Amino acid sequence: MHMPSLELLGQSLLSGLFIGGLYGLLGLGLSLSWGMLRQINLAHFALAFLGAYLTYQLSEHFKLDPFLTMIIIVPGFFLIGMAMHWVFARFKVTPFNSLLVTFGLTVIIESVIQWIWSADYRKLESSYSDIKFQVGQLFFPLPELMTLLIAIALSLAAWALLRYTALGKAMRAMSENPRMAAAFGINEPMLALVLSGAASAFAGVAGACLALSFTLAPSQIYAWVGVVFSAVMIGGLGNPLGPLVAGIVIGLSEAATMAVTAPAWAPLVSFSLLIAVLLLRPGKV
Amino acid sequence: MDRRVIAGFVVILPLLAAVPLLKLPAFYESFLYLVLHWIVLATSWNILSGYSGYFSFGHGAFFGVGIYTTAVLAGKLNWPFLATLPVAGLVAAVFGVALGAIVFRLRSLRGELFGLLTLAITFVIGTIILNTPIDGGPGVYLSAVPIPAIGPTPSGSFYLIILALAAVMLWVAYWIYCGRLGSALFAIHDDEDVAEVQGVPTYRYKLIAFGISCAFAGVAGGIHSVFVSYVTVGEVFNIVVPLNVVLMSVLGGSRHWFGPAVGAAVITALLYSFTAGDFAVAGRAAIGLILIIVILFMPQGIMGQLLRWWRKRASAPKPLPEPLSPPPIARQGQAGDLILSVNHVTKQFTGVRALNDVSLDVRRGEILGLVGPNGSGKSTMVNVISGLYKPELGSVVFNGTDLVPQPAYQAAHSGIARTYQIPRPFVTLTVLENATLAGMFGGRQLSRAQAERQAMHWLEFVGLAERARALPTELNLHQRKFLELARALASAPQIVLLDEVLAGLTPSEINSAITLVREIRNRGSTVVFIEHNMRAVLELCERLIVLNYGQIIASGDPRKVIADPEVISAYLGTPHEAGR
Repeated sequence: MHMPSLELLGQSLLSGLFIGGLYGLLGLGLSLSWGMLRQINLAHFALAFLGAYLTYQLSEHFKLDPFLTMIIIVPGFFLIGMAMHWVFARFKVTPFNSLLVTFGLTVIIESVIQWIWSADYRKLESSYSDIKFQVGQLFFPLPELMTLLIAIALSLAAWALLRYTALGKAMRAMSENPRMAAAFGINEPMLALVLSGAASAFAGVAGACLALSFTLAPSQIYAWVGVVFSAVMIGGLGNPLGPLVAGIVIGLSEAATMAVTAPAWAPLVSFSLLIAVLLLRPGKV
Repeated sequence: MDRRVIAGFVVILPLLAAVPLLKLPAFYESFLYLVLHWIVLATSWNILSGYSGYFSFGHGAFFGVGIYTTAVLAGKLNWPFLATLPVAGLVAAVFGVALGAIVFRLRSLRGELFGLLTLAITFVIGTIILNTPIDGGPGVYLSAVPIPAIGPTPSGSFYLIILALAAVMLWVAYWIYCGRLGSALFAIHDDEDVAEVQGVPTYRYKLIAFGISCAFAGVAGGIHSVFVSYVTVGEVFNIVVPLNVVLMSVLGGSRHWFGPAVGAAVITALLYSFTAGDFAVAGRAAIGLILIIVILFMPQGIMGQLLRWWRKRASAPKPLPEPLSPPPIARQGQAGDLILSVNHVTKQFTGVRALNDVSLDVRRGEILGLVGPNGSGKSTMVNVISGLYKPELGSVVFNGTDLVPQPAYQAAHSGIARTYQIPRPFVTLTVLENATLAGMFGGRQLSRAQAERQAMHWLEFVGLAERARALPTELNLHQRKFLELARALASAPQIVLLDEVLAGLTPSEINSAITLVREIRNRGSTVVFIEHNMRAVLELCERLIVLNYGQIIASGDPRKVIADPEVISAYLGTPHEAGR
């Protein structure tokens, strides 16, 4: 254990904040589909990586602006999400089996990624990569800053949509009791398709952000599972702001841990936080 | 246990043990090693996850703990290889039990959280090993570890070692499948709360099953580390092991002790043919696809399908056990003594006080009626007495012991049985198995054979003997209610809480039910009778307690109580002209 300098600590906490934003962005779709559709979508991570690789491909080889790739990715992933939900509804997949089915899907997507892009590490070199703002002693890299802003914007939008619009209210009614909602004239199958599509689209957006600041490899898919699920569970299922807040808490704790011990210990942080939450407030999750 | 299974073990095992004598090329022995290796991993996973439904995605973690235990002990500290194996199993079991001790306490989303936490712990343990001198990054070489010359060649020795482990593993899986632990785990799979209330110590049993499961994975890991002779964190703590074992068990049939072994043999052969032809990536994708297809189209797996087909084909159904009339329930005191007293119990649900400072006494040998309008707290009272709910305040003293601080299963052990207003049978167990389970874990803790024969008696008593081999889903409401009754009686209860057993029955069915309730009391059980049907209440009950809004508003002689104006207004409302 050692005390780092103040600037170093500030900079690492800042990067903790940024990665926390990405945790929140990845967790948003997961939390909505788990909390509201009772589907545990392990394939969310594989979809995000698929999105990341598509961003990589489109901007590296077709010279598309990385942020513009979302124009293709978002509707495409929306359709994928709807198709997934259609299968789940058609076969009446239980929450538990949804975990198994999406586990299988994850492996298929991982294999496809590995087949197309190989198991080697890929890094997107975009025009944004090197842009940094300096405020005092601290540096703000643009890709990370954008990721955080997108995460905040999408989480707030999802929250406002669910809370204030008729569509959002119908969705909340549906998640509480699908049959009763259907009896009140809510088109439950359609709403569920839309929600599932939106969750997938969030995965695509998270993927594009992932490609901007991270090195990609198919095996990395699983590296995010533990920490993002921790953020989802700590944040409360189905709560659109929960993953972001919990993600930032985790990101900051990880950064602090890395600054005072060795960086390699960071993966323990989210797990310890989750265990602590489960032990102290078992009723909350 | 089935004699044919024992004979199978006795005949097949020596044959398999003789394989190294054939002096096959090492390739075949290594292939057989891999098949048996996966049989051990899949079967060990199945003991907790298949039987009880708590799917672990962290089997690779416990396998990996075993690998690194042997890698450190044999590779770095020069222990003899075989001596490291028990330690590998023990360390893996300790890790599993420690994790289980935390997650098994949860009461909501248990299965899902367990799955995700076990997945997460794979990477956590991997991180720790990677960052400490246990591995440190470059991996551990084990090629210098001497291999005991059990067989004629090193590959033959590995084959024999894993064969011994697989034989023990399958035997343990079969033994659990047939015994108390297996019955309990299957009940947990269907409805954990009901299992606990019926006397299954669910927390302890899950920990035991998880410990056994992890121990075998650890030993398999220990063997495998020396087999592959070079281990790295990246190769060990990944998703391959959990993916394969889940798939093997689900494909083979996770409800059967032999299912995972069948699945393991099939998948290993598939994987081997893929890797042999340079299609490792396609092989993984194929496994993912098979997993999806199996879950969507064949949820019972190969063994499940085979058994179903076998049962359909078999000309004579398996004979039912001979009914055995259980001994009368030993009275622990005089009729009229205090048997149960509920003291100042308060139970809240967010915002609602379902029970508000309620006290009541039950006397030995009586039929006590508990009535009240819907939502008055009757069922909550049953749930509190039977241990399903823990009250915020107050005590439930049964035969001199307060049950509130004790685990819920203690209520059943000490002789409290209940029925559910909406029947909650274990849906994948037959009618007979449902009743048997109650006898095994109820007041008398019978052996399975004894409990089965007494269960037959109780099924005859309620008129369900002919449906003994049916599944609860094949019964009508009336039959399901009587199954509830048979389950409660099979546990040899001192006191039975009957929660609206008559609701939904026709008048003639009600008459036979009234006779049954009286008969239950005459056999030595005290009865608490919760009912809306006033005719039945007046015919049966010697004393009546009326609940309204979570409080007792009247009690005493049934005929006087129902004439009480407050009781009438609770049921029918206040007359308009009476004001107020």
